[in-house]
Amino acid sequence: MTTPIPATPAPGPRAADSAILAARDAGFAYRGAPPVLHGVSLDITAGRSLGLVGESGAGKTTVLRLLLGLTRPTSGRILFDGDELRLRDREQMRRFRRGVQSVFQDPYSSLDPRQRVSGIVAEPLRSLGLSRPVARGEEDPRVAAALEAVGLPADAARRYPHEFSGGQRQRIAIARATVCEPRVLLADEPVSALDVTTRVRIVDLLIELKETRGLTIAMVSHDLSVVAALCERTAVLEHGRVVEQGDTASVLGSPSHPYSRRLIASVPRLPSPKSP
Amino acid sequence: MNARDPRALDVNGLTIRTDQGRTLVSDLSFSINAGSRLGLVGESGSGKSLTALAVLGLLPPGMNASGSIVLREAPDAPGTEVIGATEQRLTGLRGRAATVVFQEPLTALDPLMRIGGQLAEPLRRWRGLRGPALRRAVAEALEQVRLPDPDRITRAYPHEISGGQRQRVALAMALACDPALLIADEPTTALDVTVQSEVLALLDGLVAQRGMALLFVSHDLAVVSSVTDHVLVLKDGAAVESGSVDDIVRRPQHPYTRDLVDSARHLESALERIVR
Amino acid sequence: MSERTDLNPGPGEAAAAMEPAPVVDSAKEAPATRTRRSPALVTGCVLLGLIVATALVSLFWVPYAPEDTTGGRLTAPGLPHLLGTDKLGRDLLTQLMTGARIALEAGLGAIAIGAVLGICFGLAAGFATRWLDDTLSTLLDVLIAFPTLLLAMLMVAARSASLSSAILAIGLAMTAVVARLTRILVKRVLAQDYITAARTSGTSWPRVITGHVLPNIWPTLVVNLAQQFGLAVMAEASLSFLGLGAPPPNASWGRMLQEAQATVFTAPTGVIAPGVLLVMLVVGVNLIADGLRDTLDPTRRRTR
Repeated sequence: MTTPIPATPAPGPRAADSAILAARDAGFAYRGAPPVLHGVSLDITAGRSLGLVGESGAGKTTVLRLLLGLTRPTSGRILFDGDELRLRDREQMRRFRRGVQSVFQDPYSSLDPRQRVSGIVAEPLRSLGLSRPVARGEEDPRVAAALEAVGLPADAARRYPHEFSGGQRQRIAIARATVCEPRVLLADEPVSALDVTTRVRIVDLLIELKETRGLTIAMVSHDLSVVAALCERTAVLEHGRVVEQGDTASVLGSPSHPYSRRLIASVPRLPSPKSP
Repeated sequence: MNARDPRALDVNGLTIRTDQGRTLVSDLSFSINAGSRLGLVGESGSGKSLTALAVLGLLPPGMNASGSIVLREAPDAPGTEVIGATEQRLTGLRGRAATVVFQEPLTALDPLMRIGGQLAEPLRRWRGLRGPALRRAVAEALEQVRLPDPDRITRAYPHEISGGQRQRVALAMALACDPALLIADEPTTALDVTVQSEVLALLDGLVAQRGMALLFVSHDLAVVSSVTDHVLVLKDGAAVESGSVDDIVRRPQHPYTRDLVDSARHLESALERIVR
Repeated sequence: MSERTDLNPGPGEAAAAMEPAPVVDSAKEAPATRTRRSPALVTGCVLLGLIVATALVSLFWVPYAPEDTTGGRLTAPGLPHLLGTDKLGRDLLTQLMTGARIALEAGLGAIAIGAVLGICFGLAAGFATRWLDDTLSTLLDVLIAFPTLLLAMLMVAARSASLSSAILAIGLAMTAVVARLTRILVKRVLAQDYITAARTSGTSWPRVITGHVLPNIWPTLVVNLAQQFGLAVMAEASLSFLGLGAPPPNASWGRMLQEAQATVFTAPTGVIAPGVLLVMLVVGVNLIADGLRDTLDPTRRRTR
């Protein structure tokens, strides 16, 4: 039914080779607690999607929060287009938010239950001041386009999140994240709450968005198959440190760090398709 | 008339309905012989967890089961019908005839009670152990699930140990009364991949060593195929296909099973290319 | 897909690990369809409507002047005094009608104070850093522990026995309750991913509050405010009963109850009539609250 996902998709246009988003020696500690991140350095360059893997408590989600500009690192810096990200700089933050959008793990808690889908998807446009005047009662055509791009029916806009299944909700979340045409999509376990059959479709959708929109994805995932399918680069985190990073093919194919090796060996596999 | 019956669990025409008349599981039949294993596979909404709960007479209020569920403590013991049994009868059955390990051990353990105390409870109740004998049995139970530093774990509260350790404790509690049937409901879904493979190996070894029957409920075909030999695929509360793991995974007959297997393979394919 | 049936999970509910797979597989589609207009809302509106209408009429017309004591004492219901008179010979219907106005004033006034101050404090505490939150929470706990009656007596001592003193005391006492509830609700909503999603969409905090936080806490809050309204009306009646409310000749229902208690067996209408109206008002407002919650919540409003 499906064509196999190429292991390392061809990199997108490499025009801008410098990092869009980067962490430089970033550390993070909650007040009065031992640090959860130590000297993390990562680059997210255009067309080179990044997968962050590691076990729970390794600091994956904290890295993502730093890259999303939700929290300031307690040491080191986060760079956006080469400039240090300053959370109080409104002008820079507006450019940053426009360029970097996010998708979350749980499609039930990531959509406001009291907003219609049209309102949810249009939120980045409204908040970033990108709304265009449309006639009363009309939708911004970009909302409809975003919904169509993620494969949702046209009447979805008028409905509420609870009327949709988990996979459809995740599509709504992706439509919201892509409506303002960002360059980077930061995703926290975007498919791990979904059923296997749904998971495949969402992964395929993300691959399609990478190819057609030139979107670069930075994703936290515990599922190495999903990372292999979506990310050109992989970084392995253990106890708040990046223990290994590089091209996905080499990190997952010939891991050098013992933890990476253990991680890869632990992935449950189906018995091979051919009878023995 | 009590001929030897090898079936530890015999489910016949199980139907689960809500009080509003919605059918959640319909006409499900399967059996598990003493010492053998069955995987119950399905996506969310398939009724797999409800079936597991029904076997122990643990359906939430507002749902009722019809049909027949017979549990047998030993091949020569008389079977006990679960459906319609009094709560008292069921309490006698749980622990001896069948026990369950749930997905999230944190909610299965009492947060205000030390691990040692929780583990001692079934041992005291079922095996009548007291004093030093009880303490020894607790230590043995913890050793059996390969928990390091049993002394520390005995004194710890559930929140003070890791998720993997909690699941081992839950497993130790389930095994404490030497049940004929162990029901594992997504027991490793909440765990990290590396921990998952350890817990699966442990479960596999203990079930084999004790000759227990195993009903393993999961959404993950790869995980199921690593611990069981037979699989029953559920969709929307009805069985769509059953057979040996090999047959199901290599020669799925039903379109839904094929979709499930293909999706899993599709996701694996990207990783396969890199890793092998 | 694994589901989360509760859209506002408790604050203690840790973020589910990798897959919040369900214990109960198909509870998702369980809620019964509720498409017809809520009967609670209709009944509540009728009850409240009757009282509001009475209060409105009393602004322009009452059968007798409130101070008019010419009717004879404790007459039974009939003509010319439809509901009879009290022990001073004042017309009961007149008192009940003005009492409706006072009850509504007390309820609305206290709610206005309690809601505005309470929601502001609650929002502040909900958004505050740990230190400020702890301080505000302690303050609220103290205020809640402070007896309303004592507060009212202080208020009367500082100002004078009047309806506004009573409203102020009740409103302040209510502030603490509303603030504490708001704080918990805000914390719960802030833990949801859609708040983080809104922030990463570039939404400013004020717009997060008006666009996401308030709409999501509103249904729970409105039900609570309606209950508080009922309690405020009762509190005003109690304060009047104790002589701490509106002074005579203002005919508060509570005062009427107090004045009629000596003659409860000889002239029961004096107790029954204000009592029934009080219950009607409180029940009516609570029914409206229930109905509102159902119609405000899209997940209850329409189902597939």
